[in-house]
Amino acid sequence: MTEMTDTGVWQEVASPFCGIASDDLSIKVEGNTVSIVENGDAVTKAGFETPITDLSPRVNGKEVSLSEAVSHVAGLLRSSKQPVIGGLATDLNGVRSAMALADKSRATVDSMDSDAAFRNLLVLQDTGWMMTTLTEVRNRVDVLLVVGSDIEVDYPRFYERMLWNKESMFDQEIESRQVIYLGKTPSGDASTSPKGKKAHVLACDNEDLPEVMSVLRALVNGKAVQAEQVGGLAVSDLADLAETLKQAKYSVVTWSAGSLDMEHAEATVQMACEMVKELNADTRSNCLALGGKEGSTTVYNVSSWQAGYPMRTNFSRGYPDYDPYLSDSKRMLANDEVDVLLWVSSFNVKRTPPESNATTVVIGRSGMTFEQEPDVFIPVGVPGIDHAGRAFRGDSSVAVPLRKLRDSGLPSTFDVLTAVEKLV
Amino acid sequence: MLTKLTGGRVYDPANSINNEVKDIYIRDGRIVRAPSDGQFDEEIDVRGKVVMAGAIDMHTHIGGGKVNIARTMLPEDHAADVVARTELMRSGCGHAAPSTLTAGYRYAEMGYTAGFEPAILPINARQAHMEMGDTPIIDKGGYVMLGSDDFLLRMMASNGDQEAINNYVAWTMTHSQAIGVKVVNPGGINAFKFNQRKLDLDEKNQFYGVTPRDILLRLAQAVKELGVPHPLHVHGCNLGVPGNLDTTIDTMEGINGLPMHMTHIQFHSYGTEGDFKFSSGSAQIAEVINKHKNITADVGQILFGQTVTASGDAMRQFSATPHAHPNKWVCMDIECDAGCGVVPFKYKDQSYVNALQWMIGLETFLMVDDPWRVFLTTDHPNGAPFTSYPHLIRLLMDKTFRDDILSTLHPEAQKASHLASLEREYSLYEIAIMTRAGAAKLVGLADRGHLSVGGAADITIYTDDADREKMFSKPDYVFKDGTMVVKDGELIEVTWGTTHVVKPEYDNSIEKALKPYFDKYHTQKMGNFKMSDDEIVDDGRGSLTVQPLHAGGKI
Repeated sequence: MTEMTDTGVWQEVASPFCGIASDDLSIKVEGNTVSIVENGDAVTKAGFETPITDLSPRVNGKEVSLSEAVSHVAGLLRSSKQPVIGGLATDLNGVRSAMALADKSRATVDSMDSDAAFRNLLVLQDTGWMMTTLTEVRNRVDVLLVVGSDIEVDYPRFYERMLWNKESMFDQEIESRQVIYLGKTPSGDASTSPKGKKAHVLACDNEDLPEVMSVLRALVNGKAVQAEQVGGLAVSDLADLAETLKQAKYSVVTWSAGSLDMEHAEATVQMACEMVKELNADTRSNCLALGGKEGSTTVYNVSSWQAGYPMRTNFSRGYPDYDPYLSDSKRMLANDEVDVLLWVSSFNVKRTPPESNATTVVIGRSGMTFEQEPDVFIPVGVPGIDHAGRAFRGDSSVAVPLRKLRDSGLPSTFDVLTAVEKLV
Repeated sequence: MLTKLTGGRVYDPANSINNEVKDIYIRDGRIVRAPSDGQFDEEIDVRGKVVMAGAIDMHTHIGGGKVNIARTMLPEDHAADVVARTELMRSGCGHAAPSTLTAGYRYAEMGYTAGFEPAILPINARQAHMEMGDTPIIDKGGYVMLGSDDFLLRMMASNGDQEAINNYVAWTMTHSQAIGVKVVNPGGINAFKFNQRKLDLDEKNQFYGVTPRDILLRLAQAVKELGVPHPLHVHGCNLGVPGNLDTTIDTMEGINGLPMHMTHIQFHSYGTEGDFKFSSGSAQIAEVINKHKNITADVGQILFGQTVTASGDAMRQFSATPHAHPNKWVCMDIECDAGCGVVPFKYKDQSYVNALQWMIGLETFLMVDDPWRVFLTTDHPNGAPFTSYPHLIRLLMDKTFRDDILSTLHPEAQKASHLASLEREYSLYEIAIMTRAGAAKLVGLADRGHLSVGGAADITIYTDDADREKMFSKPDYVFKDGTMVVKDGELIEVTWGTTHVVKPEYDNSIEKALKPYFDKYHTQKMGNFKMSDDEIVDDGRGSLTVQPLHAGGKI
């Protein structure tokens, strides 16, 4: 449990900032200054250590009280014809309050990481998948295939925690684990084994992945492939990879959807998912969709259980109306379909709203700076630093408790949105 | 405020009250004695109406990872049943995988005041409780899944003593906020991770050498010794496999008289006779249940139409994926803890197998003699959505109605069933046992499921109607903890029910083994695994009710 020891250091702190939600951080708090003492990385360091600046809300650039800001926002929503509640980087109760407000104000809900999330969700809704979770990977993986993603950038501790752990539960020799990259080449050495065995890389452009993955799937299924080259890769190398996957006892095919930035990446994700299903005719294999940083897994879960649909759901007709294309908030904003944008971003000061002509309200982490001052800015606390909360890990099966580590006086997103809802 | 419900025909089996005209008084959410001075503040005339305690669904998948996968996966399931916001209610959606809000409203509108999620993975308990926390009006709670978790199997493989297993079970129940323990395909979910594709009762897990029979005995023993009122809740081996009948009988007879609840037993009552190599085993199953008083069962009735099956049984769900309708599905291995499988399914009345499944379920209801030991479920949503309960009640209470439907089903299935020869019609008293008094007793709810003085004022009042489906669809009044939440079948007030748990005692030294286990093998710390009471209470909307343990359990 996250707890403070005598030395003023919090132990076993969970990070909501990256999707693997490491919960072994030691964190020192002095006044409002937070520093990671142990088990930090580039992502969590920025996440925990970004200092507080603003404490007061602003309306049209002028400092106002929280209640004035809240009633101003409620007024904007009351007169709005097509509001969007976007961003949605927050914790469980933050999303709950956003959903309640969207329902009441007939808004569209969307998340800042929807583009990435839908590369997976569209596959779930079309054909489904076989997935595993982090602890299973840690104990069982023998072959890890990384598709089109340089995962150590967004998940710096993935390999340390899931691949190169000291021992597995099932007497597996850790060093025997194979890591294979298909697509991107790893930028660092995280994927190199403790004894120095480097990942095997089959490099190609992400744009070629749809073709490469479909050939790999065909080879897994024993189909004859006439071509000798695909996406610059030798088909014989892909045939070897197919054989490796078939021989593996518990292979894991992973990707970070945020990295699959080519058009129709969902088709590649689907190819991977279907291939994994087919591998399971004889052996065990699973997908692991890495994602879920800064609350994005929390958003789609809460939206699904409260509305029946993930984000990109529109309440303008009084009931949830799901359309991943029409209710894409980026598209709506670019097309001037939105008159009020309420942007929630409580984790990362760099995640500011997209430029648009909409009246913009930012419920944001203190310390956020803007190229263009939003119409309303309400600084809020960070879940897991300024207030307690809960956040889903990227694999969705586990949610971590987040503790209040300091007393900054900043309100939570839940506090703000619930107050707005009462006035709408 | 003292409210008097005047002159209703009361069915309260916990107090052996069968259709007696009685007044009931409510104050501060509880049922109270008649005031000595005869004074009250409000009177509701329920003369001639049928009065029962609020109904309790003892097995319904309403919260947790696999349910939410079903919701996310099936936008088309919701599209035909979206629910608009009202002054009172949030918007949402219904049908097979309804939104949490709509599920709570609809349960209440049918006169249900509690529902229990039967498959909470310990590691996913936080999510299950989040979803149940967003389910209005009804009380909730859950059974925590053990039996394929590596910690237990490691203990068993190293011949850990029963005392240590008891401690682990109690520790897990406490920190996942559970009221019961469930086992799903005992050891089978784990074996599937080692690529075993079936695991019969005496078949060994290839890594641990442990059999499902061992697991059932250990867990049933633990539940009994801890004094947990709800018996071990068992989803047996070989779900859906023709011929699984023998395993099911062996499971019931092999538990050595320990209390055990067999869930959705319909799916475990199949023989292999006939041209289709698929036959009804309900007569043999009912005979074993009738004979063994330690056994209870819920049916898991199937009803025709589109639904989705969501189960912790990743092994059996994977093998069912060729039948997915529509053709999409999810299977997961989860955290060295368990797994899940979500497979949409359409039960067709002109399918021999589906028609016979329908008959097997009803035969089971009608052939188990004791309504205190058989429970009304569709294993929502696996056999059918919970909203079909009024229809199911009519099937049990109305032989003509039952026979009319039977005569339209697959003709070969009709020949394979003796359902038409079963004359039994359930009485209102028996329905009240099955859905109220019996369910409360089975789950271990001391203050629910009855209308005794001091009990919670969860009360449902119906207009008697020969059309039992109509009667049970729209109660006249539903009181939840004394608040009138439904009037004339319509919701008039939204309240938030409590979460029922038990807190069996254990020796905390179990953490000496658990902490290094989490540190070494898991990706979450033991301390962060634990769900605190505060998480249930949350922003004040939720609450925790600790139900008493059985005598014999440690206090």
